[in-house]
Amino acid sequence: MAKHFLGDTGVLLGRSLRHIARSPDTIITTAIMPIAMMLMFVYVFGGAIDTGSDSYVRYMLPGILLITVASGISYTAFRLFLDLKGGIFERFQSMPIARSSVLWAHVVTSLVANLISLVVVLLVALLMGFRTSAGVAGWLAVAGILFLFTLALTWLAVIPGLTAKSVDGAGAFSYPLIFLPFLSSAFVPTHTMPGPVRAFAEHQPVTSIVNTIRALFTQQPIGGDIWTALAWCVGLLVAAYVLATITYRRRIS
Amino acid sequence: MTTRTTAGPAIRVQGLEKSYKALKVLRGVDFEVARGSIFALLGSNGAGKTTAVKILSTLLKADAGTIAVNGFDVATQAADVRESISLTGQFAAVDEILTGRENLVLVARLRHRENPGRIADDLLARFSLNEAGTRRVSTYSGGMRRRLDIAMSLVGDPPVIFLDEPTTGLDPQGRIEVWQAVRELAAQGTTVLLTTQYLDEAEQLADRIAILHEGRIIVNGTLAELKQLLPPAEVEYVEKQPTLEDVFLALVGDKK
Repeated sequence: MAKHFLGDTGVLLGRSLRHIARSPDTIITTAIMPIAMMLMFVYVFGGAIDTGSDSYVRYMLPGILLITVASGISYTAFRLFLDLKGGIFERFQSMPIARSSVLWAHVVTSLVANLISLVVVLLVALLMGFRTSAGVAGWLAVAGILFLFTLALTWLAVIPGLTAKSVDGAGAFSYPLIFLPFLSSAFVPTHTMPGPVRAFAEHQPVTSIVNTIRALFTQQPIGGDIWTALAWCVGLLVAAYVLATITYRRRIS
Repeated sequence: MTTRTTAGPAIRVQGLEKSYKALKVLRGVDFEVARGSIFALLGSNGAGKTTAVKILSTLLKADAGTIAVNGFDVATQAADVRESISLTGQFAAVDEILTGRENLVLVARLRHRENPGRIADDLLARFSLNEAGTRRVSTYSGGMRRRLDIAMSLVGDPPVIFLDEPTTGLDPQGRIEVWQAVRELAAQGTTVLLTTQYLDEAEQLADRIAILHEGRIIVNGTLAELKQLLPPAEVEYVEKQPTLEDVFLALVGDKK
């Protein structure tokens, strides 16, 4: 059945994209929380935070983008859970289709939905005064890192989507992911944090990703951060993909 | 039809066993379903009907036994089996957000059929869903949803169709609609295996009925044959003909 993989994935992708087009609220709610945070941080707390940067929007936008992705991928778990619950998953499994295309369709849908949410958040940031001197190469690098990050987290989201017992369970795993940027360099410089917190913040994936994107936006030297960031993203992607595939095999056999 | 078929019964099950951990759900099930007939697997909740259907439709693996569907072994020729069957599960497996027509087109595409639009329109007409075809399924009644569900199973004319409790949760009108659809299927030569806990449903639809009780088939026969199994002593004191319900309760020894 492998010969049908691309065709079947395309058909199922069309189905999920139609779902999104008919319930755009999933994209709006994904974008609203990061936008609210951005407004609050910039116009309420921002004045009191000394980041050594002239523009706080520019300083915290990378973290906001990661929060957008972290909240967006919970919809992948949610949609997968609903397919399993509703019986259409079993219908697909009993049909002569490439079996992995069921998962890939959800994964690509997540990439598309998150791209739209990210663009919405970026537009709001522009309205709030975000400016960057980054050129095409810089933007492509930012897009590439966000793509890897989204892909890795999406495969992670597939696991609760396949195993959750309730809708709430399917979405709950994303809360710690949304919280992670707060314990990083996303909103305040890590050197202001007490020892153990600082040690955690400086060695968790979000900090290296945030620092890389921030450096790309401000055209500062990126240093080793980009390699740490890429290592985290690729490592997470491989681990999540393998685990999700094992979970899927167990689920369908 | 492109599906290869072989001679012999549409479904042959021999010595089927399945356990979930310590719980033995199926303990050696044997039955055959002739091509073009309607076969009802009757049993109370938890008797193992759904487990049997899932194994026959390649969603679960059997612990023991040989099972052939349309001449293909479910364990070693799963892809051929999937090409030969359609499953309508216990819960209507339809996409609520899509329209009825889009649901049918989706299945036609996934079955790699040419002209998915025409297949969809034909089926909508056949199941009297013409007008509803452009509406989202979330607006459908239970009966319409089930009809669409069964229509989706007919895309590509698979020779064998499994209907797992097709009328559970439907109102009387919805049940009659589904029964009508099943009869039409059989009339065209499709083999139908349906599970049900409603005795009158088996009585109404099936050519043969097998009663699954505690993991085994305890009776397998036509309605007339099953009715003869009722102990005669009991028959003498009832005025009307024994219903299948009497047969069932007498056989499983449940006098509630």
